Amino acid sequence: MKRSSIALAAAMALLTVAGGFAADRQKLVWLQWANDGAQKNLDAIIAAFEAKYPIDIELEFKPGSAEGENLVKTRIAANDMPDLLSFNSGSLFQVLNLEKNFVDLSNEKLASRLVDSFKSTVSVSGKGVYGIPYQPIPAGGILYNKKVYAQLGLKVPKTWKAFIANCEKIKAAGKVAVIASYKDDWTAQLLLLADFYNVNVANPKFAQDYTANKAKYASTPAALRGFEKIQEVFTKGFTNKEPVSITYDMAQAMLASGEGAHYPMATWVLTSINQNYPDKINDIGFFALPGDSADKNGVTLWMPNNISISKTSKHIDAAKQFLDFFVSPEGLAAYMSVSTPDGAFAIKGVKLPDNVFPAVKDILVYVDANKTAPALEFLSPVKGPNLPQICVEAGLALKTPAACAVEYDRDVEKQAKQLMLPGW
Amino acid sequence: MASTTSKIYSYKFLLPAAVVYLIFFIVPTFLSFFFSLTIWTLSDWKFTGLDNFRIFLTEPSLNVGLRNSLVYAILTCGLKVVLGFLLAAFLSANLKTKGFLRSIIYFPNILSTIAVGIMFSSLMQPSRGLINVGLAAIGIQGPDWLGNPSLALLSVAMVDVWKGVGIAMTIFIAGIMAIPRHYYEALMIDGGSSFHKLRYITLPLSRSSMNSVIMLAFIGGIRSFDLVWVMTKGGPGFTSDLIASIIYKQLQGGFYGISTAGNVVLFVIVSLLAVPMYRFLTKAEVDL
Repeated sequence: MKRSSIALAAAMALLTVAGGFAADRQKLVWLQWANDGAQKNLDAIIAAFEAKYPIDIELEFKPGSAEGENLVKTRIAANDMPDLLSFNSGSLFQVLNLEKNFVDLSNEKLASRLVDSFKSTVSVSGKGVYGIPYQPIPAGGILYNKKVYAQLGLKVPKTWKAFIANCEKIKAAGKVAVIASYKDDWTAQLLLLADFYNVNVANPKFAQDYTANKAKYASTPAALRGFEKIQEVFTKGFTNKEPVSITYDMAQAMLASGEGAHYPMATWVLTSINQNYPDKINDIGFFALPGDSADKNGVTLWMPNNISISKTSKHIDAAKQFLDFFVSPEGLAAYMSVSTPDGAFAIKGVKLPDNVFPAVKDILVYVDANKTAPALEFLSPVKGPNLPQICVEAGLALKTPAACAVEYDRDVEKQAKQLMLPGW
Repeated sequence: MASTTSKIYSYKFLLPAAVVYLIFFIVPTFLSFFFSLTIWTLSDWKFTGLDNFRIFLTEPSLNVGLRNSLVYAILTCGLKVVLGFLLAAFLSANLKTKGFLRSIIYFPNILSTIAVGIMFSSLMQPSRGLINVGLAAIGIQGPDWLGNPSLALLSVAMVDVWKGVGIAMTIFIAGIMAIPRHYYEALMIDGGSSFHKLRYITLPLSRSSMNSVIMLAFIGGIRSFDLVWVMTKGGPGFTSDLIASIIYKQLQGGFYGISTAGNVVLFVIVSLLAVPMYRFLTKAEVDL
């Protein structure tokens, strides 16, 4: 009896202290993805920020993919948005009616620090800046296990044909040539999305025509290749058994251990491989998704996801302070104190440390040679929501690539109509 | 004068319930008919006529979804009726452990569907899941339950039956308990066997509970959504999509108008199937 009452008194005393302490601190709520591979890096920024300013950041988690997008749309409609939001940049972000729902940062000092190619993915027809880069610039392509390549004496392929030849040898050696993790169906899209550099080389006007309802996946051979590639790695037996039961996390384990040689993915996966298999990160390399000709070999770059401020926030100034800190040298130093970034930052004047992952060095070769193109979703506001499932259909050969392309074109039509774009 | 005396309570007592019903049922129903005709962004709308219905009805996965929903409804409904009836007949007998057995069969029903879905997803994992590990121990190579396009829907349906058969059994037990003892006594005097009891008394006289089970299970099956969504998300590809999961995907895509149109279509389909079925079933009922 006595003991518990003492404990109670102590607890109450603690509460009063904590309450008094918290009273003069502001609190920001940040709606953030659950299980982000770089969460520890972000936590480091938050800790550094909280130590410097009388502001606390509380994380609230949302699922990824369409489920998370839907949650955000519903909370916007219900006027229930937290202060800060992390979200995809480009076409998915455009859907959220930026001018109405988010704070324009273009007149803030921090906006001048962002690179222009990023700003265009968080603005509305060139006007306003509605978010800051949440992560380094990811590149999409093939992550490969260098040890397997060394063992089998393989060279980095520059054409799709050479890639297929490598896969044959890997398969003959009893390993999984291409890791397919279709349990997380968004991962099925990478072979298609990362192929956009090749589409763009063949048809430089594709993105524009596609937005204007003049070009289709089904009728553009270069675009159709994406679906064909997804199917080819399956029908040639390069993918693992039971692709539908393998998750994104399991795929990372397969790549790190060398059980699988290639993983079509974007480089945002590197931070989480580094966290879970730190002794294997130096075995992982990167090459661009090969096209059909060796002299036109280049990489598809994503734009970083973004963090934005809701207009309904009651602490807009505090939120601006946080974003300003996030892109400042101090914030980035905190980010990099956990691990080196998995790509270049979309922030001006930031030099990458020399000890970046080998795969990141592989990307920089393409960047320095200016052989890059942004992914389609940053050039056009239309992206059909069913692409993950359609790519799984292609990836299990449930439908022909041509049928998948037709199906996706229809899916895109719905999106364009919902956005009320001209020409649809 | 007779009219005032027959009215015991004032209609004002209806008011609270009627208001709740109006706000949460009637108003949304009519609003959904309206919004199904618009491009709707939740905060803004634009009238488009029947365009949403055209888009929804030409949705490529809709054929698969319709067929799957029917297969799913008939399969789960049929199994629940047959298994539920047999279990009920068995557990209405004088068994010492019948209370315990009844609870065990009813128990899955108390669990949340989401929890059941997650649990079975991991049990059905092809290489490390308990089911296939168990099968491997007796020398059978188990299939990829949820990853095989032709098997995924059936696997989910089996889980649905496992979860729902308890309700069917309970309804049947209530029906069987209501059958007067003297029918059985008459049959025994005439020298009938236990099979005859089941075939000529229990089965025809529990017809009304059978109808309830059929209606509940069929409508539940045709608009089923949660279990499929947790276990396969309609996949692989679109192979285990049901009408309701197709509608939900429109919602996820942000096509609020199209998904509302889809719900109106689902409403029509359920009514078209359920009303004649109910008429047909009640006609065949026998009075005790």
